[in-house]
Amino acid sequence: MANTTKTFAPPDSKGEEKNESTKHFTNVGTTGRLLSLLGGAALVYNGWNKKASVLGKSLTTVGTYLMLRGISGFCPVNKVLQIDTAHADTEGFEVTTSVTISKPRDEVYQFWRKLENLPKFMTYLEEVRQTDGKRSHWVAKVPRNVTTKEKLATIAWDAQIEQEEENSHITWRSLPGSEVENSGEVHFTDTLNSRGTVVRATLSYHPPLGIAGQLAAKLLNPAFKELVKQDVRRFKRILEAVEIPTIIGQPSGRKDEKY
Amino acid sequence: MKAICWEGINKVSTERVPDPSILNPRDAIVRVFLSSVCGSDLHLLGGYIPAMRAGDIIGHEFMGEIVEVGPEVKKLKKGDRVVVCSVLSCGGCEFCQREEYSLCDNSNAEPEWTEKAYGYPVAGIFGYSHALGGYAGSHAEYTRIPFAENTCFKVPDGVSNESALFTSDAFPTGYMAADFAGIEPGDTVVVWGAGGVGLMAMHSAWLLGAGRVIAIDQYPYRLEQARVRANAETLNFKEVDVLQALKDMTGGRGPDRCIDCVGMEANSTGIEKIYDYAKQYARLQNDRPAVLRQAIMACRKGGTVSIIGVYGGFVDKFPMGAAMNKGLTFRMGQQFGQRYIPKLLDIVAKGEVDPAYLLTHKLSLDMGQEGYMMFKDKTNNNMRSVFAPAG
Ligand SMILES: [Zn+2]
Ligand SMILES: [Zn+2]
Repeated sequence: MANTTKTFAPPDSKGEEKNESTKHFTNVGTTGRLLSLLGGAALVYNGWNKKASVLGKSLTTVGTYLMLRGISGFCPVNKVLQIDTAHADTEGFEVTTSVTISKPRDEVYQFWRKLENLPKFMTYLEEVRQTDGKRSHWVAKVPRNVTTKEKLATIAWDAQIEQEEENSHITWRSLPGSEVENSGEVHFTDTLNSRGTVVRATLSYHPPLGIAGQLAAKLLNPAFKELVKQDVRRFKRILEAVEIPTIIGQPSGRKDEKY
Repeated sequence: MKAICWEGINKVSTERVPDPSILNPRDAIVRVFLSSVCGSDLHLLGGYIPAMRAGDIIGHEFMGEIVEVGPEVKKLKKGDRVVVCSVLSCGGCEFCQREEYSLCDNSNAEPEWTEKAYGYPVAGIFGYSHALGGYAGSHAEYTRIPFAENTCFKVPDGVSNESALFTSDAFPTGYMAADFAGIEPGDTVVVWGAGGVGLMAMHSAWLLGAGRVIAIDQYPYRLEQARVRANAETLNFKEVDVLQALKDMTGGRGPDRCIDCVGMEANSTGIEKIYDYAKQYARLQNDRPAVLRQAIMACRKGGTVSIIGVYGGFVDKFPMGAAMNKGLTFRMGQQFGQRYIPKLLDIVAKGEVDPAYLLTHKLSLDMGQEGYMMFKDKTNNNMRSVFAPAG
């Protein structure tokens, strides 16, 4: 792709000074930003979870880097490689995961369908508000420090439920023109022994086209997969255990941390 | 408050730490009266469990009094005297509903470790490494109890703290081992390990109809406990050829039920380096299954091997041929405490078994290191060091 190798100049650039300088600081497309933010959050979260390990440290470092990249919209690696992904499109990528929940299908469905519940188990969501029967407003939070839940940035978009069949499935999609292009679908089926519900969730994101975009997708897919998997696990835990088990805030002999 | 923290291989220290607080609606806080060391702690001490972090509060067998409850806790109140199950269960998942509580899907706060190492996450356990949830343990003045209604059991009036204590872990663990052995009336039951859990397995074997109970250990004072307290015949594996002796004792036929209460060797000196990296959790080192091999070889054809001693990863040179060709049945698992504790409290209240004799050394929290070393080195005829934070 020719435009992926251009230096901070979009194909339609008229060469205005102002545009140039803006581009200088945002060479990562908005979806790329979201990817970086969420992927970074996932990596920081995982890294922080396993803080003592070598893996944890490097995950935290990579995660922090990706978050900075997402937050500032500026990627030093892209700059070095002279790649501009801000003005390109590519195919989406998606994560599918499933979980079995020992609760009746209608109860499981209803909890998810009340979109306001989503932030209870989707870590990066700050708020989802149903604006009418089909439309909703989503706000994602991006913590710099997972321990303190300190906020650095929020991203908002509107979404619309495209299909729903009570106690069976829901699909939704961000509205055209949203800063963040994404979609999801969840299916609810009985377990074979009819004592529980199988929930199968697919979330899709659309990173920009180009080598860097695809690379980013490849790189971040595992982090996303983990993030989505953990979100779905939290969903199960809320329904089955009423709460999400935690050790954050418990005492330990470590002077520097509280868990 | 004061608490005993794991610091490294064979090293614990008593530290000042913050008091615990209610973190989730189903939590309670227990003021700890008694908190026992357990044989499985020796795996932590020996460095065999890589998901330990310096500063982790250890201890999982305890009883005390409720001092605070979360908003979702209805069946417990301040002042209740309770014994606390070492294993945490949510009560709502498929496995809790099957009463397989240590397989709980939800009670482990750090499920990624065992999900990677074992394929699926297992239940949380107090003070037993981050692989099993990272929960602060009970060698402390206060302990936070997740899922309190499922974890705490009221101690009947008339049952002393000392007698109730071991219905937290040692007794239900030993009882489950005997239960899993599938004992039929008149069976010969052999128990490897005459520590707290092994002795409780021997009592339980009698309760479940054994015709004969044989204990195997290397420490004469423990074998004496097995004889005197649990009415067992004894074999010292340092003195006799166990396989031959068991054959001789059973008319050449072999014992019906073999119970492993030892697990991966905890007596050996620890490995030098711990890679606390989730993926390596199970690859760190092969567990050395000397007892398990012997139990498989000793067991009669068609018999049962019940494994309650803790294993963490892989075992080396597992005699699969013997197990398969002799048609053995294996049962194993971490204790399903919630299934057994009410029944065992009843047995203790009736005086049928009084596990209080396991408590040989009552110590203050300041004696953490001494308490563990005495227990590990089997000095002073130590069965169990028990910390009594309130004196
Ligand atoms: Zn134990
Ligand atoms: Zn459960």
